[in-house]
Amino acid sequence: MRTLRARLTPYALVLPGGLWLAIFFVIPTLVMLSLSLQSGNVVDGFAFTWNWHSYVDGITTYHNQIVRSLLYGLSATIIQIVIGFPVAYWIAFKGGSRKSVYLFLVLLPFLVSFVLRTISWQFLLSDNGILLGPLKSLGVLPQDFHILATPYAVIGGLSYNFLPFMILPMYVALERIDPRLLEAAQDLYASKVQTFLRVVLPLSLPGVFAGVLMTFVPASSDYVNSSVLGGTNTTMIGNVIQNQFLVNQDYPVASALSFTLMALLLVGIFVYARALGTEDVLEVAAR
Amino acid sequence: MNRGLFRGRGLQIYTWLVIAWLVVPIAVMILFGFNDTKGRFNTVWQGFTFKWYGRLFEIDALTQALINSLVIAVLTMVIAGALGSLIGLALGRYRFRGSGSLNLVMFAAISCAEIVMGASLLSFFVTLAVPLGFWTIVISHVMFSISFVAVTVRARVMTLDSSLEEAARDLGAGPWATFRLVTLPMIFPGVLAGSMLAFALSIDDFVITNFNAGGTVTFPLWIWGVTRVGIPPQVNVMGTIIFVVGLLIAVSNIVVSRRRRNA
Repeated sequence: MRTLRARLTPYALVLPGGLWLAIFFVIPTLVMLSLSLQSGNVVDGFAFTWNWHSYVDGITTYHNQIVRSLLYGLSATIIQIVIGFPVAYWIAFKGGSRKSVYLFLVLLPFLVSFVLRTISWQFLLSDNGILLGPLKSLGVLPQDFHILATPYAVIGGLSYNFLPFMILPMYVALERIDPRLLEAAQDLYASKVQTFLRVVLPLSLPGVFAGVLMTFVPASSDYVNSSVLGGTNTTMIGNVIQNQFLVNQDYPVASALSFTLMALLLVGIFVYARALGTEDVLEVAAR
Repeated sequence: MNRGLFRGRGLQIYTWLVIAWLVVPIAVMILFGFNDTKGRFNTVWQGFTFKWYGRLFEIDALTQALINSLVIAVLTMVIAGALGSLIGLALGRYRFRGSGSLNLVMFAAISCAEIVMGASLLSFFVTLAVPLGFWTIVISHVMFSISFVAVTVRARVMTLDSSLEEAARDLGAGPWATFRLVTLPMIFPGVLAGSMLAFALSIDDFVITNFNAGGTVTFPLWIWGVTRVGIPPQVNVMGTIIFVVGLLIAVSNIVVSRRRRNA
């Protein structure tokens, strides 16, 4: 009796949350897959017809936006690694007793709404705003200089908004490195650069991978930054999906595009997850 | 002791510059909550004033949006906090068939693009003709928060010693008494951290909410709606208050955990 009860306990614990995830996460994904293969419209209703046209139409019409999203996401991710790695390194190795304080400062942006942060950048970068205005009146910049509505503004916004997600996992990986390994490398007459390249860098890679995972996905699927900071020629796939779903209500094409985006991102993620082991990534993600 | 390879003075300055970059938009938001602006656009500095703090709740739709956000965040915190903690407890304590698929689903939920989650949930609601609104927002927020809570609690559970629970049972405590008097107090820091994470994720969420809100407006959605017309200073003030409250909670958290470590 007791053993049966003991065996059922974990299932009882998991049941309510597991059901919630099954009904509102797993099933909706399948529903969207089905919707992407249906034809029809909002007024007359939709019917399942193995309508692959939504994929063909969606991808041929919006391939520019798809490629642009992946490029912007990739650029932002690389910028974040370059900007974030030295910060993570310094906090992990030199932060001393104030490590948690520095980490906290890095996480400060999360205390302000994502939309509000992005709007704050729009304000800072506006054509005659508090940054560009003075520079223009001093003659440092030409009068028609602008940053908003350019890819630089969008990529900059993406890099800003997700940077803490990059620094955090890199920090976790760097912090775990045993300092005795560095001493050992030096005792074996490795130069500082060699020690860095052959000890620190390889050991920090799981953190970098986790950071890439946590920033590339939200960055390349984002539509807030390109709406607020971008213009008509910086439209990303997220803008298209949002518009097709919420404005045009062309659900099949919108679903097909979301599914394409998901497939592109998932392939990448599972390659990563395989390489690292799911548990590890989840653990780093939890911190 | 000198840890690390480099002396690090340059790196220190660099780190502070990056932190400054991260903080600049926040500082601007706070500053312009004190701007004595006359027109619709709060973009040019026109002198210092406290008046927006006094007239904080003057815009009814904005106040309602903030209330909606807070209520939804509290509901999410309670529901996702409970369901996620139970999953975390099960995953951290027991080995059972199916735990692998559960981990996989949670991993997918954590790493899935928000827009895909929001879009598929909308497809689901549209297909079933569920009216969008307050409750569909709550459902979506609980959905994306559960995994984060579960992972946080699991991490806590795995550090604990299960022999304490065995001892409680040997001393005659039933399963419920063991849970309430031994297990729960031990995992409580994890439950609290996970629930607070759920609250924070919920109150800040824009993308998934945008898809599943129907006519209900939350704080981020309201701001989004007025972006092109101009953001009233009340938004800056509310943003500042949320920031300061979050800051106080986080700082007290750090202080308490420091004191505990030193004690």
